[in-house]
Amino acid sequence: MYVRVDERHRVALTLNGRERSGYAEPRTQLCDFLRHQLGATGTHVGCEHGVCGACTVMVDGRATRSCLMLAVQVEGRRVETVESLSDEDELSDLQRAFREHHALQCGFCTAGILMSCHEFLGRVLEPNEAQVRDMLSGHLCRCTGYTGIVQAVLDVARARQNNRQETP
Amino acid sequence: MHSEVSLYQDPQHAYIGKRQPRVEDEALLRGLGRYADDLAVLPGTLYAAIVRSPHAHAVVKQVTIDAALAMPGVRGILTGADVKRWASPFPVGVRQPMEHWCLAVDKVRYVGEPVAVVIAEDRYLAEDALDAVKVEYDILAVAIDPETATHDDASILHEAVGSNVVNDRHFSYGEADSAFEQAEHTLSLKVRYPRSACTPIECYVVVGQYDPAEGGYDVMANFQGPYAIHSVMARALRVPANRLRLRTPPDSGGSFGIKQGVFPYVVMMGLAARKVGAPVKWVEDRLEHLSGASSATNRVTTIEAAFASDGRVSALRFDQLDDCGAYLRAPEPATTYRMHGNLTGAYDIRHLQVRNRIVMTNKTPTGLNRGFGGPQVYFALERLMQRIAVTLDIDPLEIIRRNLVPSQAFPYRCAAGALLDSGDYQRGLELGIEQGGLAELRQRRDVARQAGRHYGIGYTVAVEPSISNMGYITMAQTPEERRRAGPKNGAVSTATINVDPLGSVSVHISSTPQGQGHRTVAAQVVGEVLGLPLESIRVDVELDTGKDAWSIASGNYSSRFAGAVAGAVHNAALKIRGRLKAIAAQQWQVPVEDVVFSEGRIQTADGEHSTSFHRLAGATHWAPGTLPQGETGGLRETAFWTPAELTAPDDDERINSSLCYGFIFDYCGVEIDSLTGRVMIDRYVTLHDAGRMLNPQLVDGQVRGAFAQAVGAALYETFHYHEDGSFASGTLADYLIPTTMEVPDPHILHMETPSPFTPLGAKGVGEGNNMSTPVCIANAVADALGETVEPGAIELPLTPSRVRTLMGIEEPPQPEGVGADSVSASAGGGSKLSASDSVEIPASPQQVFDSILEPETLKAMIPGCHSLELTGDNAYRADVTVGVGMIRARFDARVELTDLEPPHSLRLSGAGKSGMGDATGAATIRFTEIDGGRTRLDYDYEVTIGGKIASVGGRMLSSASKMLIGQIFSRLSQQVSGDRIKGSLWQRLRGLLGKRGGDA
Repeated sequence: MYVRVDERHRVALTLNGRERSGYAEPRTQLCDFLRHQLGATGTHVGCEHGVCGACTVMVDGRATRSCLMLAVQVEGRRVETVESLSDEDELSDLQRAFREHHALQCGFCTAGILMSCHEFLGRVLEPNEAQVRDMLSGHLCRCTGYTGIVQAVLDVARARQNNRQETP
Repeated sequence: MHSEVSLYQDPQHAYIGKRQPRVEDEALLRGLGRYADDLAVLPGTLYAAIVRSPHAHAVVKQVTIDAALAMPGVRGILTGADVKRWASPFPVGVRQPMEHWCLAVDKVRYVGEPVAVVIAEDRYLAEDALDAVKVEYDILAVAIDPETATHDDASILHEAVGSNVVNDRHFSYGEADSAFEQAEHTLSLKVRYPRSACTPIECYVVVGQYDPAEGGYDVMANFQGPYAIHSVMARALRVPANRLRLRTPPDSGGSFGIKQGVFPYVVMMGLAARKVGAPVKWVEDRLEHLSGASSATNRVTTIEAAFASDGRVSALRFDQLDDCGAYLRAPEPATTYRMHGNLTGAYDIRHLQVRNRIVMTNKTPTGLNRGFGGPQVYFALERLMQRIAVTLDIDPLEIIRRNLVPSQAFPYRCAAGALLDSGDYQRGLELGIEQGGLAELRQRRDVARQAGRHYGIGYTVAVEPSISNMGYITMAQTPEERRRAGPKNGAVSTATINVDPLGSVSVHISSTPQGQGHRTVAAQVVGEVLGLPLESIRVDVELDTGKDAWSIASGNYSSRFAGAVAGAVHNAALKIRGRLKAIAAQQWQVPVEDVVFSEGRIQTADGEHSTSFHRLAGATHWAPGTLPQGETGGLRETAFWTPAELTAPDDDERINSSLCYGFIFDYCGVEIDSLTGRVMIDRYVTLHDAGRMLNPQLVDGQVRGAFAQAVGAALYETFHYHEDGSFASGTLADYLIPTTMEVPDPHILHMETPSPFTPLGAKGVGEGNNMSTPVCIANAVADALGETVEPGAIELPLTPSRVRTLMGIEEPPQPEGVGADSVSASAGGGSKLSASDSVEIPASPQQVFDSILEPETLKAMIPGCHSLELTGDNAYRADVTVGVGMIRARFDARVELTDLEPPHSLRLSGAGKSGMGDATGAATIRFTEIDGGRTRLDYDYEVTIGGKIASVGGRMLSSASKMLIGQIFSRLSQQVSGDRIKGSLWQRLRGLLGKRGGDA
């Protein structure tokens, strides 16, 4: 894709399973594009330099900091945000576990954490606590002290494992 | 590790005291939260970016905006000149001629101070134009360190004040002076508490509008309160309070006190909107937030205790120097006074003296920060208690136990006026010891130490104040000033409950939460009182000062929700219930007390009459004619609640600074990695008595969150300023917030002693661990490092490099067969240093001269002297540990006093050998009598150092030997004057030095 510095360009992508497009300058950050052009405000911006992890989304199935990526880089790609995790009726097992374990307070960092956990649980089927903590170490949460988050992820992994055993 | 909760199990309660999943969570988990930056803005809204000062202290000579105005998309620039035209400086909490404007008008006083606001069509364009705003500065000298900022020659921030110390107050309670005179022991400790902030993940967001027709401002901001600050903003904008409509968003991404500091930007963006005639939105970035938003107040404390040999403390002295940064921003100096009434902590100490000074430095202004004053006070107090234990060689827990407020003493009036509402501290201690597994932890320490590892245990007790008294802030004023200004006291909370025509219940509270779950608890309380299912109740926490019930104590601070706001909700629900009861009683012709509410129904206790809640409540709208006489129809009640116990400070300067005082008992085991200096928390036990718990799950959430922040403050986080005032912690890669890898799961214990002063018996619990945990970890680190480390050197954050430096490098044991005979008088071939200096001593030359010849004095003079043995006429053999940089070497030394010419001069020489190298030195000392029986002691010295210890480099050696020799003579001075004036000074000195200075 050829882009000019001082012009806006149409960027088309698949956002949470739907074809979407919007306009972005070459320098527009992906997080700003998702939030302010496409209205997906569930993704939050905490530091804009890739440390806090609040803006984490999935790009082509990989957890990615949307503040460190440009909008034009997702042209033609698949992006999932926190809004994709549940349907209208029901929260996902991961989201329910977060609620049960009081794994969120202000909820600002939660969207990014959920996306990292979502990717992780798809990749690591039987994680131990050390692995979960290692994965979460890319996120800053200022409210919870992390205990509930770690417990929620371990719970979901265990429950999914039990389900797999019951339904071979 | 799961916490063990003694649930408040009362069968009569359906919701209160129960673990209850939060009503907030579903929206937040779906990404449907509505935070400030998620809300729609009006068409035509513009975006702001702020030009900030790169200098810590400078005169702003000129701001040139032409080039920036010509940049694409730029629509206007707000400068100090506009601010002076339309606004006023913010009111200040002390009577001093100092001005703080929302934009710099004459000088800048910290790096990051706003100078101009660029307003453009989007945020990117506004930021593009920042560099084009040209600001000409005349750079001034800076004052960064709080102590040197108090000196006469310091650079002055606010010239009209004439000093950087803008407030200096002395307080005395009981008979502290005589308690100190009569005490068996006294001990003094100087500690420094650093700057840090519980910085939230969401930064500040403000959308300002100006309405020229009404002459009013309408501003949305993620402000957290207290709404006393609304008055500060309205006065700065020069409008009546009803022309500043301040609104908060439904959700806020954390605050922990910090979002109180958004208020100057509320004013700034209101003015920016006025400047361009359009709404203006500003979203702060992380660099702006860390460098310029807000900070906890750093403090230098000298604390002193008078105590008996059994460890019972009779009196305390606090000398607190609080560094509030460049401006005294409302509500400061509140940090200094928030803890004032309960400065004696959990202890029964009747005599107290306090000196509080507020100093201005070229740093970011301070403000609310979770714990607010508590971490600073407990760091001094609980470190001191640990030192008393070490000095007396008594278990620290025993020292704590002997000083606690007795169980039967509640409500207990503290020396400075706090009324400790309820508690049983002794029982708390026993519970914590037993259920937290202290015995096992001690075994772990023993095992670790036997294996040569550095392991320590720290203890802390604290009272956690909540629901602050609006009047405590006036303690910065004299009683006379307070009398003139009129009394300030209380803490009004509000709640409104509305029942609509279909009988559904809406609750509004003005507590502006940022994640604490206020909506859940308010629903629990209303559901309990009105017998309704939780999910049927809707709680609104947005606050609109133009429409809602609010008061100056509204907002989210001083852990006031559970005690005060939930109490107001309870009272409002009781009002609604009372009205409905009266209606039902009349309809059914039964006594009012027979009417009960449960499961969505209103009925008589015997079940004879029954109707649904919505039907009876709906009648107040649909059929007011059927209601009893005096019933007005409609169903909406607002409750205001303020506790009677929160009175204004009295003329004796006593203040009940908070309504409730919870109790905390913490202990922890830490191990220090001897290679890296990293502090690892092995186990942390924290016991809380926060009165009645309304929702134990949320209580644990508060404890865990506060604990994690405190781990950050104790081990990682600090706002670092260079000597020139430049700021070095501007990213989250520099300012280290702990992650999952650094925060262990604390073992949480509870007990419940309900508060007699709050409607539901609840107390605050949100800030306790911010107060107790930093010092608990520091005490454990002190225990692990042992007595080789100066007590005052245990400073936060205890980063690996700081701890490793404190540990030093211990030299390996001397190989066998190499004995004392190898000590030679000359080292030869090493670094040679020489210098001269002098010191004045308050004693006559003869007294000083004689003292030096006494072995006890000589021993006390030499820093790090383990033993001193007489080997000949004025000749000694000494065992001395000397540290240079990180290297710590134990010298076997010969010390000699020669060329004695009493009382005029003598020569002190020494030679020592250690595994780290060797050293020889000699000093010629001359004694000259000066006015009034004092002596000036001049000394020239020469030191030669060889071996490994010399490899640290000449500059370091030079400064280390200068310091060491300076220490020798200042110790001599203390010795001589102490012996002469008072015996206890010697004890005090010995206490300060731990057991090194003596054989205690």
